[in-house]
Amino acid sequence: MKAKLTDKIATCLIVVFSLLIVAILVGLIGFILVRGLSHINWHFLTSVPQTIRAGGGIGPQLFNSLFLLVLTLIITVPLGLGAGIYMAEYAKPGKITGTIRLVVEVLSSFPSIVVGLFGLLLIVNTFGFGFSLFSGALVLTIFNLPLMVRITEQAFRSVPKEQKEAGLALGLSKWKIISSVLFPVALPSIVTGTVLAAGRVFGEAAALLFTAGMSTPRLDFTNWNPFSPTSPINPFRPAETLAVHIWKINSEGLAPDAAQIAAGASAVLVILVLLFNLFARWIGGVLYKAMTASKRMG
Amino acid sequence: MKLKKPLLMICTLALVAVLAACGSKDTQGDSSASGTANNDTTSTELSGSVLAVGSTALQPLVEQAAQKFMAESQYSKIQVQVQGGGSGTGLTQVAGGQADIGNSDVFAEEKLKDEAKDLVDHQVAVVAMAAVTNPDVGVDNLTKQQLVDIFTGKVTNWKEVGGKDEKIVIVNRPASSGTRKTFEKYALGTSTEDLKGSIQEESSGTVKKIVSESPGAIGYLALSYLDDKVKVVKYEGVEATVENVASGKYPVWAYEHMYTKGEPKPEVKAFLDYIASDAVQSGDVVELGYIPVSKMEVKRDVDGNISK
Amino acid sequence: MKAMDERPVQVEPARSARWKKHHAEDLAGRSYTFICVALLIVIIISIVYFVASKGLATFFRDGVSLSEFLFGTTWDPEGNNGEPMYGVLPFIFGSFATSLLAALIASPLSICASLFMTEIVPGWGKKLLQPVIELLAGIPSVVYGFIGLTVVVPFMRNVFPGQGIGIAAGAIVLSVMILPTITSVASDALSALPRGLKESSFALGATRWQTISRVILPTVLPSILTGVVLGMARAFGEALAVQMVIGNAPHIPRSLFESASTLTSVITLDMGNTVMGSAHSNALWSMALALMFMTFIFVLIVRLLERRHRI
Repeated sequence: MKAKLTDKIATCLIVVFSLLIVAILVGLIGFILVRGLSHINWHFLTSVPQTIRAGGGIGPQLFNSLFLLVLTLIITVPLGLGAGIYMAEYAKPGKITGTIRLVVEVLSSFPSIVVGLFGLLLIVNTFGFGFSLFSGALVLTIFNLPLMVRITEQAFRSVPKEQKEAGLALGLSKWKIISSVLFPVALPSIVTGTVLAAGRVFGEAAALLFTAGMSTPRLDFTNWNPFSPTSPINPFRPAETLAVHIWKINSEGLAPDAAQIAAGASAVLVILVLLFNLFARWIGGVLYKAMTASKRMG
Repeated sequence: MKLKKPLLMICTLALVAVLAACGSKDTQGDSSASGTANNDTTSTELSGSVLAVGSTALQPLVEQAAQKFMAESQYSKIQVQVQGGGSGTGLTQVAGGQADIGNSDVFAEEKLKDEAKDLVDHQVAVVAMAAVTNPDVGVDNLTKQQLVDIFTGKVTNWKEVGGKDEKIVIVNRPASSGTRKTFEKYALGTSTEDLKGSIQEESSGTVKKIVSESPGAIGYLALSYLDDKVKVVKYEGVEATVENVASGKYPVWAYEHMYTKGEPKPEVKAFLDYIASDAVQSGDVVELGYIPVSKMEVKRDVDGNISK
Repeated sequence: MKAMDERPVQVEPARSARWKKHHAEDLAGRSYTFICVALLIVIIISIVYFVASKGLATFFRDGVSLSEFLFGTTWDPEGNNGEPMYGVLPFIFGSFATSLLAALIASPLSICASLFMTEIVPGWGKKLLQPVIELLAGIPSVVYGFIGLTVVVPFMRNVFPGQGIGIAAGAIVLSVMILPTITSVASDALSALPRGLKESSFALGATRWQTISRVILPTVLPSILTGVVLGMARAFGEALAVQMVIGNAPHIPRSLFESASTLTSVITLDMGNTVMGSAHSNALWSMALALMFMTFIFVLIVRLLERRHRI
């Protein structure tokens, strides 16, 4: 009887703690949304911030966050895929591979502030890229690369062995097998992982403070020449992302509605992260269906 | 089989993007170089880019001035970029040549050694600071000695300086902060130790939040951050007002500096002149809570010597 | 396999040409992927090199001894009271205290959550908690700091003595941030357990709790510890959220509710105000170096735990 009772109590405790976590999340999201949602409207999402007057928006910051994400992915994806494929398919078990794996692990747990300082020293000052989207994207690449590598490696390893053997039996080159047999099968989980990892770009602030800068120049959204300094898609302009903007407003905001703007921007940020999570699942599912279907037609 | 091409395409695209990025860096460098070259020949219309980095306390003013500056038709080809990062970053970058202007809350001589000689000081505004307390402490005037006693930990309860029976909570700035240097130099007259249990915040917003929420808290803020959430304390019976600062009665103030390395480029000079112009000085400077340099009846040098 | 069988015959002619093409293709692929890996290594070497070159200057150029740096308790880099002092022990203490405490709070919660997902209600439990955990991981640290300052600090001020800021507030904010890390590692380990293990325990008449506490948990303990260490590593390196709630006094606090500092909070606080190359700035880089060193240690511990797990 005693064992049964302990069992019941323990089960209850586990359930209570688990529900507590759910409650924490609901509380957090609820708090952010309740405080922020009332402030979100079209004007808030599209207009430029104001220094001391009320009614400023987060338009450029929102754009910067999304654009920085795209830039980061452009740099990270080819590199991460390559390195992941190497780890999964080419690397022979041994000292060197072990070292590389250690490097990936260390890189993924580096404090963001250390990487940010490194970016400030090398990319911003020494290479002279200045506070710019490009510097920010390079630093975010350092964060995302190890994640990408791990995702790719796992995705490739989870492809059934038979598929690879079939390719080998056909006399295909190893690279051909990787690119046309294994890659399509691994793609859905790679995409899901990438989208989830990309969500980190939205939230990162510590490293961007030192690399992408804390202000946005006047942007002309009709100017799409990437080399013009007022163009929103010029990668060599400084850019304050949404997360950095929240930080800045919290610390130095002079506008009378700074608290509401911070709350509104936090809500937007959290909603974006939510959307990203949903999108990652959806696209993973869609791709999975597409890939498995195309294989049958093959 | 189908997917090979897309993969290759992604890779090529990425490569092209990276190359294009490298290319654009070069062309950008060229264009700004040619921009400066043009300036020598045609003095009527300036073009090029100006990068101002540094003090977060000065950033709002420079940002707002930059926006107006770029809206002026004769300067429309100049692109001014303003970055925060702190006075130290500003001075580092202007001395190292990465930035055209280094914004700083303190004289460059206080942070740099030899490099300070190359820097040209442009004082664009004065910022005054006031001691603020949580509204509940019941004190509205503190003498210099009382402040020193509070910030050195000699006095730990508000009743010792004529307030309620409540423990004093110090909300200080980090030792590297220009705001703290100014406050210690001109309000306390002595540098202080970081006391156990004292709070340190770098940003004015956070200081204000903590002072307004914590019972018994005392801190100091620039005048532009003051509002009714915190109680502004008189210093030696003098109220922290613009008039008192300008006339020299209220001593806790400092210049906001914009440093250039050597004499500024024409477009940088145009921007600095614009900030020094009357339109900005009596408009944006006042609006943002700074005090125009021209209004000051007293002057102060690096060592803190006051002259009329 | 069947699907693949249908197409091979058409590619038969010109064997040697094909061989060449294959070879070239393979070489291209191999070099491309190798370059990517090499780049990773270049990145980490350059990070270590640059941070170290700045961080070691404190000891070699500014003449601060390592023991003074690591064990000194006075942090006065501007020399406000005479000679500049670079003792970072209070920050090291603060970093360890907050991350350990955060791990202490988060671990039981995480273990419960992962047990809930895998053992108690494997079906909808996972459906409920998995997204929750992912979302918690996705909330940006700035938002955590913002909430910490507006919710946790006032709460602590009302409930405990002191101003609400301090190690306790920092640890609470951090514990929510590292919950997802520990939970996902723990639940991965739990779901990877062979079914037979559990079933044989049930067959022996053990209750669920007996099975969990005597069979399951001891088996996955190394993995759970791995998760805890990874979580601590994240807490150790977190900067903005902690800086907003910890108070930042450069002293070893007398209680959990008194203003304290961590390595990261001091770096974020002071880096912008110091001039690159000055002794103060170098000391901050040395702290970044110390953070990096700790990352290596954490990774090393994780490796040791994993090795133990494999046997």
